[in-house]
Amino acid sequence: MIELKDIEKLASLARMEVGEEEKVKLQKDLEAILAYVSELKDAPQPEEAGAEPYLKNVLRPDTEPYLPGEFTEAILAEAPNQAEGYFKVKKIFN
Amino acid sequence: MLDLNKLTIEKAHAGLLAGDFTAVELTQSYLNAIKEKNGELNAYLEVFADALDQAKAVDEKIARKEEISILGGIPLAIKDNMLIKGRVSSSGSKILENYRAVYDATVIEKLKAKEAIFLGRTNMDEFAMGGSGENSAYGPTKNPHDLTRVPGGSSSGSAAAVGGNLALAALGSDTGGSIRQPAALCGVVGLKPTYGTVSRYGLVAMASSLDQIGPIAKTVGDAEILFNAIKGKDPNDSTSLDSSAYPKQKEKMRIGIPESYLAEGVDEEVLKNFYESVHKFRDYGYEIVDVDLSVLKYSLACYYVLMPAEASTNLARFDGLRYGNHKDGADLLGDYLKTRGTGFGPEVRRRILLGTYVLSAGYYDAYYHKANDVRHLIRQAYDKVFADVDIIVTPTSPTPAWLLGEKTADPLKMYLEDIFTVPANLTGLPAISVPSGKTSTGLPLGIQIMAPHFREDLLFSFGKRFAKL
Repeated sequence: MIELKDIEKLASLARMEVGEEEKVKLQKDLEAILAYVSELKDAPQPEEAGAEPYLKNVLRPDTEPYLPGEFTEAILAEAPNQAEGYFKVKKIFN
Repeated sequence: MLDLNKLTIEKAHAGLLAGDFTAVELTQSYLNAIKEKNGELNAYLEVFADALDQAKAVDEKIARKEEISILGGIPLAIKDNMLIKGRVSSSGSKILENYRAVYDATVIEKLKAKEAIFLGRTNMDEFAMGGSGENSAYGPTKNPHDLTRVPGGSSSGSAAAVGGNLALAALGSDTGGSIRQPAALCGVVGLKPTYGTVSRYGLVAMASSLDQIGPIAKTVGDAEILFNAIKGKDPNDSTSLDSSAYPKQKEKMRIGIPESYLAEGVDEEVLKNFYESVHKFRDYGYEIVDVDLSVLKYSLACYYVLMPAEASTNLARFDGLRYGNHKDGADLLGDYLKTRGTGFGPEVRRRILLGTYVLSAGYYDAYYHKANDVRHLIRQAYDKVFADVDIIVTPTSPTPAWLLGEKTADPLKMYLEDIFTVPANLTGLPAISVPSGKTSTGLPLGIQIMAPHFREDLLFSFGKRFAKL
């Protein structure tokens, strides 16, 4: 069962404002979707689960670094607020 | 005027070399078609003002008798989630409506090197989330075969542009069927390549373990040309692979059909058309065998756990601080809440919350972890089947194009449309949708061919053969 307060909790975790009317619709939608995906619990376990991880981390060789500031201007040009080569955000300490 | 209806990449290339028409004339023909039809189709979000300049450069090269590639001067449409430096790339979302790409996606860089013409960027379901094109923040795309119906999605504009002769070919992206399903519904060819064959550098990420870029074209041969142009390992995408990563097998002349998978929920006309297609293969000399893929009954549930989990994670980057739209709140948290609360559309919000749910403490094991186990099972089942058959065929979509608005009220109903397409993404297998005829009312249908990893060559040879049967 998904309750309205669950939707509020999820929205807060996802840092996303959700309107009152939409909460009710989302509650109904999520409940139906979760009921559907819950059939996964009936699926058999793979025999050697985890034995063969097919995804692995690939890291770039730590060589040929970019020059400091090489892309700063181009990237900051897309920022809603910027100042002196930095992203500008509201202060988090009062 | 050029007859765009019969044109293919190969024919256009030959025409350019023979001097039958110039790249400018070819591009102008498409711009005229766009001007005439895009108002009702809404396939393009933007037509690039410099398309003719791009074409002119190719004509000058031809005039100088310099060699041009098979894609030189070929007018293409690009899905709005692939970055072209200096141009807006909105991913069909309001939150990126003014975002200008800072760099070229690898696929774009490759196509630029081949001097393909970019006509414009095409409409799509917001952040590639949807199967109908109706989730775009910029209005739905219409099906070129029936304007009252959806073109499929999420590469809705790319498929509609190619199906409506508003581009010679296009790029799409496919996370759970977003290339193949709209291709089927618009009567064109759509390829989801093997996971890792095409770099996703510069593709706006939706679900990273599932996303893949691929071509939408009028013929299998054209799809092959475009695929060959964009594939290859890329240092900028650590998930990209060399095609030697999997061993190749000999052909067995056997085609697998997962009969139990077709038993329910498939439209009668789709099923009839599908078996007619299978019989054509049989008459040609292939052995048709029923294959056991009973685990596929969990594939959609598996997909609708993993995809939102990954999407909610990927979309956390839209914070209104670094790029995209920003809405001011009372404090920093307020900025996040307001920016994300107003920038994302309903389907994206639904999937973000769903993903947040399946990843949250207490539910992670039951949903996300379990879905990963099931994904493993599905891969194993396909490996086993491919030891015995060359390809597996199913319909691409369980229904032909439906009416605009028909399924928007019930998201689960919309999700069920992905039944035949998600397994290729869960397994990383390549799959192609090829036109297989029309319904009695003239709506296009497609069959989907799946092959082992890195066997796109089989998809092309079977696809071309099928088109001739």
